[in-house]
Amino acid sequence: MENRVVITGVGIYSCIGENLTEVLDSLKNGKSGIIYDAIRNDFGYRSSLTGFVKDPDLKPFLSRRERMGMHQPAMFAYMSTKEALENSNLDVDFLDKNETGIIFGNDSTAGAVIETIDKVREKKDTTLIGSGDIFQNMNCTVNMNLSTIYKLKGINITLSAACASGSHSIGMGYLLIKQGLQERVICGGAQEINIFAMGSFDGLGAFSIKQDQPHNASRPFDRDRDGLVPSGGAATVIIESLESALKRNAPIYGEVVGYGFSSNGDHISNPNFDGQYRSLNMSLKLAGVSPSEIDYINAHATSTIVGDKTEAQVIAEVFGSKIPVSSTKSMTGHECWMAGASEIVYSLLMMNNDFIAPNINFENPDEDSQKINVVPEYREKKIDCFLSNSFGFGGTNSSLIIKKYKP
Amino acid sequence: MERSEIITITKKFLSEEFEVDIDTIKDNENLRETLDLDSLDYVDLVVLIEENLGFKPTAEDFKTVETFDDFYNLVEQKLMNV
Repeated sequence: MENRVVITGVGIYSCIGENLTEVLDSLKNGKSGIIYDAIRNDFGYRSSLTGFVKDPDLKPFLSRRERMGMHQPAMFAYMSTKEALENSNLDVDFLDKNETGIIFGNDSTAGAVIETIDKVREKKDTTLIGSGDIFQNMNCTVNMNLSTIYKLKGINITLSAACASGSHSIGMGYLLIKQGLQERVICGGAQEINIFAMGSFDGLGAFSIKQDQPHNASRPFDRDRDGLVPSGGAATVIIESLESALKRNAPIYGEVVGYGFSSNGDHISNPNFDGQYRSLNMSLKLAGVSPSEIDYINAHATSTIVGDKTEAQVIAEVFGSKIPVSSTKSMTGHECWMAGASEIVYSLLMMNNDFIAPNINFENPDEDSQKINVVPEYREKKIDCFLSNSFGFGGTNSSLIIKKYKP
Repeated sequence: MERSEIITITKKFLSEEFEVDIDTIKDNENLRETLDLDSLDYVDLVVLIEENLGFKPTAEDFKTVETFDDFYNLVEQKLMNV
């Protein structure tokens, strides 16, 4: 028998708020978290726009040894996971005694690696690097740190799938619980924010250069969009078998009912209609829901010309023109490795508070986005079922369908 | 460098880095236990000594160090040879 999989904990540390309360307020009010970062200009960036989150002070929460292996991805992920565990009523003692896994999405540690290499260049002696850097440098840094801090005993793997990492992490955790291989998995995504992390992406000319108007720069689906705005932070989604959740009387924020995935097998950066179409349809099939049962679509749309165009075409093809669509990246920028998880958190906040967050800066549609129902302002709406898309470089696609829990 | 200066500098960087009350660092107390050092912490201790006292100790050097007093002796000896 397959398990039902429910969401029992959520946490967020993002540029539109450092916790669920702040983020809910930003989503309702269409608040942008984008800034102009002059340091990027000096460093040689084509665009100095970015989402911004500060490095959290973890000294009140963690020992020196626990903090030593942490750079931005793990620091941000600790904050979102701390919040998720708290609202899931989970603590270290419980996790130590009850098998719990962690599958976290992360796809870079550029800031940490470059700081380490700079030390070696200066000292010309690797034994003067210090003990923490190796644990900051490895791509599985979030997993190594959180599994140690929280004494996790279940599956422990990092999921790297470009900008779909966070979404796939939830999808893979969902499959493990559904099949009865895990009772509970901490899923999520983390994305560093520093000048070393995004330089090569900026160099592709993919970022918006509306630098005199940071809050208006990220404009998914809008006719006058000119590129994405990089961003970051971390989001955590704790998923669990329904049986386990009920047994420990855990809060239930939603139920994961569908996960679709595909690979384009085509261009390394260009989106692909067929790949997205297959991922969407797979999620609908697995969930056993028809397109008309979806009340809201949280689009991947990052504000690039070609990416938004393709996604609008696919949504129009599969869902038609009626179902409300918004891209929260209009406020957050593109949270990359984190985005697939954070957008589940944003959508859960909408579902549990009966509203759709606006796709801000959507002023004029183009020939493709006019064929779908992009929501440009806050809208009250009862949501029983939503779908969230995530697509990444290399042609990796992920679609998740979440329903309001009903016994 | 005078021994008193070595002690002042050492207490400062050890208490700050390993987050212990500076008053717990006493000459005859055990260094490893007072600072709660594990094998990874010794890697950091080497970095700290190089940054703050200007020489890089070896693993062999630490074999002679049990108390903070032993540590100050080691530093004096090393600085004499620099």
